[in-house]
Amino acid sequence: MRLSRDEVWTGIIGAVAVAAAATLPLFDQGYYLAIALNMVLYAALCTAWTLFSGPTHYVSLATAAFFGLGTYAVGLGLDYMPFPALVLIGGAVAAILAGLVGAATLRISGVYFVIFTFGLAELVRQIVSYLQVKLSASMGLYVFTDFTEKHIYWMLLALTVVVFVTGWLINRSRLGFAMQIIGNDETVARHSGIDTARLKIVLFMISGGFIGMAGAILAPRYSYVEPPAAFNPMISFLVVIMALLGGTRRLWGPLVGVIPFTIVMDIVSVRFPNDTSIVIGIAFLVIVYLLPDGITGRLEQLWAHSRKARPEPEPVPVEERA
Amino acid sequence: MTAAALRVQGARKAFGGLVAVNDMSFEVREGELFGLIGPNGSGKTTMLNLISGALKPDAGEIALSGTLISGMPAHKIARAGVARTFQLVRMLPSMDAERNVMAGAVFGHRRLWGEQAREAAHQLLALVGLRGREHVPVAAMTYIDQKRVELARALASDPRVLLLDEWLAGLNPSELNIGIELIARLSEQGRTIIMVEHVMDAIRSLCGRCVVMNSGRKIKEGEVEEVLSDPEVVEAYLGDDDDA
Repeated sequence: MRLSRDEVWTGIIGAVAVAAAATLPLFDQGYYLAIALNMVLYAALCTAWTLFSGPTHYVSLATAAFFGLGTYAVGLGLDYMPFPALVLIGGAVAAILAGLVGAATLRISGVYFVIFTFGLAELVRQIVSYLQVKLSASMGLYVFTDFTEKHIYWMLLALTVVVFVTGWLINRSRLGFAMQIIGNDETVARHSGIDTARLKIVLFMISGGFIGMAGAILAPRYSYVEPPAAFNPMISFLVVIMALLGGTRRLWGPLVGVIPFTIVMDIVSVRFPNDTSIVIGIAFLVIVYLLPDGITGRLEQLWAHSRKARPEPEPVPVEERA
Repeated sequence: MTAAALRVQGARKAFGGLVAVNDMSFEVREGELFGLIGPNGSGKTTMLNLISGALKPDAGEIALSGTLISGMPAHKIARAGVARTFQLVRMLPSMDAERNVMAGAVFGHRRLWGEQAREAAHQLLALVGLRGREHVPVAAMTYIDQKRVELARALASDPRVLLLDEWLAGLNPSELNIGIELIARLSEQGRTIIMVEHVMDAIRSLCGRCVVMNSGRKIKEGEVEEVLSDPEVVEAYLGDDDDA
């Protein structure tokens, strides 16, 4: 596999950044670790979300469903299986749900997909709530582990790295090229020989699987897991907002949105605990109106404007053949 | 006897009560440049859509080199070896010319990857007259250059049959000559081409045989000169006052 110079540098910078981030729990185990944990959580979620929604432009609001299934896999299985196995199972269950949703909905157009995924997340939450009460006569599940915040932080950081590497590999592959073509013009994609429905389902499964794994890893943070928390629709909305704020055209775009927004959300939820949804709503409007391509998209535009367009060579007439 | 490059037999497509294509049958031979002509709304584009799999026929069969392709999804037909251009040029606007053409090379009939796909794209861009402009974003290109890119993309899959849907439409007279010359060159190279076209001069100078459609039906098939002088064809084009 050949790497370009840019890729080598990105890899080095990325490795240094991850190494630096990994040392954080050595300095602080309180407030800053808590905020950093939220950042890596949303970095993993938003990047995984963007794997699918970036190239296809399908806005999925099913994040909470995948996330909650991962959380619940841990809650249900902790007495019977080792934690790493449960993370994989959580991811697999989420991926299977994503596959079913994809098979049912990805042939329909974008708007219906948004509504369907939102409805689905709510449906899953209701079903799990119902079963929870019906089968166990309690409102939730206890999750007792030896993990502290720093362990969860490291695991989420590792997951984020895995998501990034996966995204990078996809971008280099036929699948990634196919997704770019689909994002440009699905008709051209089909007539070029791309099985658009199948590829979208595959990518949605990969994306959903990672979101499920993130949910599984986060489960030990709450010692008690309830459907309203595990399947909180706010997770779906926050992921969309942060990813759009950063920009979904590049793999690292969402990260640029996650870092400031996590800090802002923390301040808002402390100062105005009852009005967070208003702030989120306003933030969403502002981002969509002022930064439709996100921060990274805007920066790229500015960069393109600042350089003078290179003169194009004259078109060459039809090649003369001897 | 070898199978025809493309054989259409009894193809039919209706949209509600409107029968757009009605009992169409024709054969295109290997290496032939075949014209599909007729007045506006006669069902030519629908016929192309049936061949390329954009639409499924209600009845009838379409076979590519003897293999039945009617009823297959579009991407399978593309992989089997049918490539097309569109009446209104369709670009991948966020990409440059090279990547647009690579789309055909990577996913079509040939399924190349990496350096091979890039090389194929460069060769075809040179063939259609865009050498040196591989990295120009297609969104910044003129209409005819976009059409060239689209043609190169279709060719990149090395199709058994190439469908051109009014590829010459919208070109100015000098561009038209370049376009006709280009299609003639492809034909000389042995490509099997079906072209839907309104530009009669192009049909006359390029096609050997053609089929004429009117109201979804085939009204004439044969050598171009003979077909175009047929009274029924002339009437179809000039219109029938009594019936109007």
